[in-house]
Amino acid sequence: MLLIHCPYCDDTLPELEFAYAGEAHIARPEDPSKLSDEEWRDFLFIRTNVKGVHAERWRHINGCGRFFNALRDTVSDRFLTTYKAGEARPDTTDLEAAV
Amino acid sequence: MNAPATSFDAVTVTILPPVARFNLRIAPSDLAAASQAFGLSLPTKIGQGEQNADRGAYCIGPDEWLLHAAEADQQAIVAAFDEVRANTPHSLVVISDRELTIGITGPAAAELLSVACPLDLSRIPVGGAKRTVFDYAQVTLIRDGEDAFRLEVWRSYFPHVHGLLEVATRELALGL
Ligand SMILES: [Zn+2]
Repeated sequence: MLLIHCPYCDDTLPELEFAYAGEAHIARPEDPSKLSDEEWRDFLFIRTNVKGVHAERWRHINGCGRFFNALRDTVSDRFLTTYKAGEARPDTTDLEAAV
Repeated sequence: MNAPATSFDAVTVTILPPVARFNLRIAPSDLAAASQAFGLSLPTKIGQGEQNADRGAYCIGPDEWLLHAAEADQQAIVAAFDEVRANTPHSLVVISDRELTIGITGPAAAELLSVACPLDLSRIPVGGAKRTVFDYAQVTLIRDGEDAFRLEVWRSYFPHVHGLLEVATRELALGL
């Protein structure tokens, strides 16, 4: 079982307490009516589907209840780091080099 | 009076009597006002608990607390928080009937819980509490002693959770 660090609980806990919630850092357009159909489609459905380090949302649903972000390597399934919602994506060059 | 108990030497599972139970959401910077209204200084770190006589407070989220009190004190506590609300926005929801509490005590208490709880139970401090999962049901687990836990579970999940505990207790008793 994966162990995931919740940045709010500041504790590393079993995956069963968490729920995956899609790619992180996707901002809702300020004014959707100004977008073309294609741009709106891209916002709703088109994701990076990266092979490697992926920024993604998780929710500590069976715990503190909070959404937070994680950087996970989609190849090894290893979590590089987790950080609070609203924070910028941290630089993980060092961590990635260590893989 | 404690209701039906399933027990053998190493662990006892009991359905505990009802308590007044509240879910409090308040900004951590306003915590002093809540502590004053409740008459107990509320813990500040997720997983910590604070107890005095029949009052208990457990921090279960960054801005979320579970409060326990005697059933008879429920209205007085609601009234005390109503007064605070004028100056300090918060939400206090009475959840007394939402959950049932199961007591799990004895040397094999942690072993019994580990049947369906994925947490490393040895890391829960005595006096602390955590919201977690038991099989597929969300529960709050309170640790009262090295060998004493309370498990709070929503009513609709109770038959499943209690049934599972009973089966596992029998398995432990048989040495399986
Ligand atoms: Zn958490």
